[in-house]
Amino acid sequence: MIGLSHYLIVSAILFSIGLMGVLRRRNLLMLFFATEVMLNAVNIAFAAISHYYNDLTGQMFAFFIIAIAASEVAVGLGILIVLYKKHGSLDLDDLATMRG
Amino acid sequence: MYEAIAFYLFSALTIGLFLITVMSKNVLYAMTSLAAGMVLISGFFFILGADFLGVVQLIVYVGAVMALYSFAMMFFDATRDIKEKNTPASLVFLLGGLSALVLVLMFAGPIHSEAIQALYPMHEGVGNAQDVGIVLFTKYLVPFEVAAVMLLVAMIAGIILAGKKMDQSLTKDTSVDDEDEILKQKDAK
Repeated sequence: MIGLSHYLIVSAILFSIGLMGVLRRRNLLMLFFATEVMLNAVNIAFAAISHYYNDLTGQMFAFFIIAIAASEVAVGLGILIVLYKKHGSLDLDDLATMRG
Repeated sequence: MYEAIAFYLFSALTIGLFLITVMSKNVLYAMTSLAAGMVLISGFFFILGADFLGVVQLIVYVGAVMALYSFAMMFFDATRDIKEKNTPASLVFLLGGLSALVLVLMFAGPIHSEAIQALYPMHEGVGNAQDVGIVLFTKYLVPFEVAAVMLLVAMIAGIILAGKKMDQSLTKDTSVDDEDEILKQKDAK
């Protein structure tokens, strides 16, 4: 039988994958993909806790996380396009201009 | 039984697809596998009885967010492989695992799970969408409105950031400048 801990373990594995992507990637678009993975992992945990404690609060928080992720993508992609027009690249090492 | 099969199938597929997203060198592969993983995550929500959340996940993530990504990829060269100077994988595995462990201990340690009581319990015989609607429009009305304003602000910001100089081509900057000068000369005359 599938319990709460099964879902939490899957969510933790997905979150670790996303965190690994954030630490490993140098391309800004790929960093955005990794943050999406992390947000989805947290949503799974919220929905599972909401189901097993018979409480709707977890689902509410998941809704607001989805709304925040959508607005993050809208603003973030706008900034990415401006950066690409200015520098011609999305690599973080090329964009580092404040090296001391 | 079926729930267990679906759970293990979905979790294996999701983990594999998200690993492709994180590891792949090609933007197109990464985006496609991310979209497929999000469809499967909505499957998790349907198993858990959160029907409305699953539908919202499908519409917002797979419909809107991935469409936005694929539109944005028209600006970047999507077919070329990305050359990155990656940090060594073993270090990243160690750091990522350690920080995830620390986070879990930090947030899960103080929780006394027997003492948790349902604030807004689900009702028997009422659909998930009705339950969600009642709680969302009574207890969470103010955060809902704030989220609506935040989405409006994000939309305006996206339009202003991306729409600036949209009439100029990224690759043919010089010819467009020439046309501008010709137009200015015409205006001057």
